[in-house]
Amino acid sequence: MFAGENFITSKLDDAIGWCRKFSLFQYPFVTACCGMEYMATACSHYDVDRFGAGFPRFSPRQADVLFVVGTISHKMAPVLKRICDQMAEPKWIVAFGVCTCTGGFYDNYATVQGIDTIVPVDVYIPGCPPRPENVLDGLIKLQDRIQQQHGTGIRPVLTPEDRARERSFTV
Amino acid sequence: MNVPLLSDQIKSKFPDAVIAAHQYRGDDTVTIRPESIVRVAQTLRDDPAFQMNLLMDLTAVDYSKFAQEPQGKGGHINAGIALKQPSDIPDANPWPGPATQARFEVVYHFVSLPLKHRLRVKVPVEESKPEIDSISALWGGANWFEREVWDMFGIRFTGHPNLKRILMYAQFEGHPLRKDYPVTQRQPLIGPNN
Amino acid sequence: MEQPQKTVQQQLETATRSYDPNTGLETRDMLLNIGPSHPAMHGIIRIVAKLDGETLKDIDVEIGYLHRAFEKMSETVSYNGVMPYTDRLNYVSPLINNMGYCMAIEKLLDLPVSERAHYIRVIMSEISRVTDHLTCVGASAMELGAFTVFLYMIKAREYLWELVEVVTGARLTISYCRVGGLKSDLPEGFAEKTHAAFAEVRKVLVEVDQLITRNRIFFDRMKGTGKISKEDALSYGMTGPFLRSTGVNYDVRKDFPYAIYDQVKFEVPLGTSGDNLDRYYVRMEEMEQSMRIVEQCLKQIPGGPVAVDPQTGKPMEASEMVDRAKMGQIDKITDKIAITDPTLEGSDSRVHDKILVSEKRVSLPAKEDTYGNIEGLMNHFKLVMFGHGIRPPKGEVYFPVEGANGELGFYVVSDGTDKAYRVRVRPPCFTIMSGLHKLLVGEQMADMVPTFGSVNMIGGELDR
Repeated sequence: MFAGENFITSKLDDAIGWCRKFSLFQYPFVTACCGMEYMATACSHYDVDRFGAGFPRFSPRQADVLFVVGTISHKMAPVLKRICDQMAEPKWIVAFGVCTCTGGFYDNYATVQGIDTIVPVDVYIPGCPPRPENVLDGLIKLQDRIQQQHGTGIRPVLTPEDRARERSFTV
Repeated sequence: MNVPLLSDQIKSKFPDAVIAAHQYRGDDTVTIRPESIVRVAQTLRDDPAFQMNLLMDLTAVDYSKFAQEPQGKGGHINAGIALKQPSDIPDANPWPGPATQARFEVVYHFVSLPLKHRLRVKVPVEESKPEIDSISALWGGANWFEREVWDMFGIRFTGHPNLKRILMYAQFEGHPLRKDYPVTQRQPLIGPNN
Repeated sequence: MEQPQKTVQQQLETATRSYDPNTGLETRDMLLNIGPSHPAMHGIIRIVAKLDGETLKDIDVEIGYLHRAFEKMSETVSYNGVMPYTDRLNYVSPLINNMGYCMAIEKLLDLPVSERAHYIRVIMSEISRVTDHLTCVGASAMELGAFTVFLYMIKAREYLWELVEVVTGARLTISYCRVGGLKSDLPEGFAEKTHAAFAEVRKVLVEVDQLITRNRIFFDRMKGTGKISKEDALSYGMTGPFLRSTGVNYDVRKDFPYAIYDQVKFEVPLGTSGDNLDRYYVRMEEMEQSMRIVEQCLKQIPGGPVAVDPQTGKPMEASEMVDRAKMGQIDKITDKIAITDPTLEGSDSRVHDKILVSEKRVSLPAKEDTYGNIEGLMNHFKLVMFGHGIRPPKGEVYFPVEGANGELGFYVVSDGTDKAYRVRVRPPCFTIMSGLHKLLVGEQMADMVPTFGSVNMIGGELDR
């Protein structure tokens, strides 16, 4: 009947993941232009609340998802790192907008070329700025990742099938 | 209107201070000696003939690589007929270019709200001694503008109350808007130098 | 004369402790760090405040967290390539930046732009101004606890952004202007859509007005806080709604008219006392005036809101057009309209000459010419290929436009190559921020929030 001794724990992981993914407390680390699209996504038109991520917490200690929204300059980088360190596990980091993904077209002395050089990133949402639909797509991808995660917060090693599945979400 | 040009009025008021003056595309410009900037600025603000009550902008230009780069690859636009580029067409009223050989020019834009006129004042600053008197005692807004010019160009403003970096961090070395600062030379505080 | 501005650190070194003569108790100043990432600071900025109880004794403002080297990047790309960077200066009203930059380059080239292009630019920049003020008022109301207002105003902004998207193809970073004109013409049904969107915006403005203007909490927190005198505002070079709230009548659109602002009627709202409430009133009224300008423009615009003449030109796939042109069958493709990517909509040969100057050295040819004949293709390449492009004469110009926060000026120096030698933008909120201590020192700590909200600090423009 049972698939093995892991049945209980894996079902528990599923339940925890399900709970986690629909109650995301986000910290919008808004720095630049993308913040405007973040506002649009969070407000009534696109209503990020439908995905259980409606309540921004402006304290890293009370948040599980860090939305890094907008360009990170070298002056800002230590601040971002510190905020990431202050967040409690389990935590997820979303790079919102192309400046946070790769630096975008700001290839110059002032801009960090992708925040993944200083903090680990779970989901990248490209776009300059990404449209709200794109943001919601990224959020759903993040939820999918959270669902796969172990109850202890240890991230799974992604198999090629998982990666293909994630890619299939792409518009 | 028979009002004399502002640059001419400055010339007659400060014959020893003015190096050059020109009008280009309707922008009245006067270039003055660095030591007289405070004097001229004070007159511009307080003299009823000028009444420049707004310091609209204060910036600098690094002329060290001016007109040294190759003039682009193609001389002509071959759209059916060969057309000369606007840069190659002789202008009836050409721009005279920087007045001196100095590396920097500090550029002030003044506006008078009561008299509705604008004036650009330029001051050459030598590379060997990048210093100029601060006008932050005359206009409060000059404080941050001068800090920005110091940050970006490394021009010191003597008499400035708090001359420190404004846009970059204190650990940053060099002045990024100078022409010899490479655009991608990063100085990260943390993380790799990617 | 202006007192020299000391840093908080310098002040702390001199005096931190004092004795209250009435009680004999020792009092000590407190340092409070606010930012760079703080919910009440929309935008990244750090303020170190010295507090005596609840009163702000001194502040030290640290900016530059969003320095993205706009001015340096502008020196590395072609003249039209700067356009996307200008979008991201004041990212709440990008079209005004586009317009300011383009008009500066056009001044440098001494290039007259068609009246229709000017009208469209004005229409779009006034829509941008409304979105900017909606965001500013909404965000600052939210910080005072009126979250509903924020939701309503973002809803209204969404209607306008949909309008912007219909015209430009993007919501926020639009890069709509080109040196010499525009990317595309107004689409079909634009006037009706605008009227419908404005009706919604007006509805929201009435609702917001009813919600907060006479709200006791809102009124008391805005009235008399963040006050600045006329003299201080002028000394710090503040412009825009900020200066007008102190009663100084300065609006670039009126005092140094550009584009077609001298052909439309509008009023410049003025405040009296220069406090937060006046700035709120000024912004609310300016939105109405901006919509008035747009409505007049839609009536007066030469050629009507839609210039497309449906009589000429049959559509043809762009790829087919290219294939035929390669084989020399150009007689079959003259007078055809290329079906291109939707982002290029509204820029075909029927409207091309109405929105862009017919100056081959500056503006790209219509796509039909690029695809259909060799002259057009060469012209296109000569403008977009690396090392080619627009090459204005040597010179320097300064061109101011009225941005949403005040005078937005572009100072461009050209050395006759295809790249600008120096592009300087005069950011309106930089000067406002430089006088922030004038607004805040002596106020209560809590008043910092509405005051900072009314400054409408936009990081991209402040730090560039």
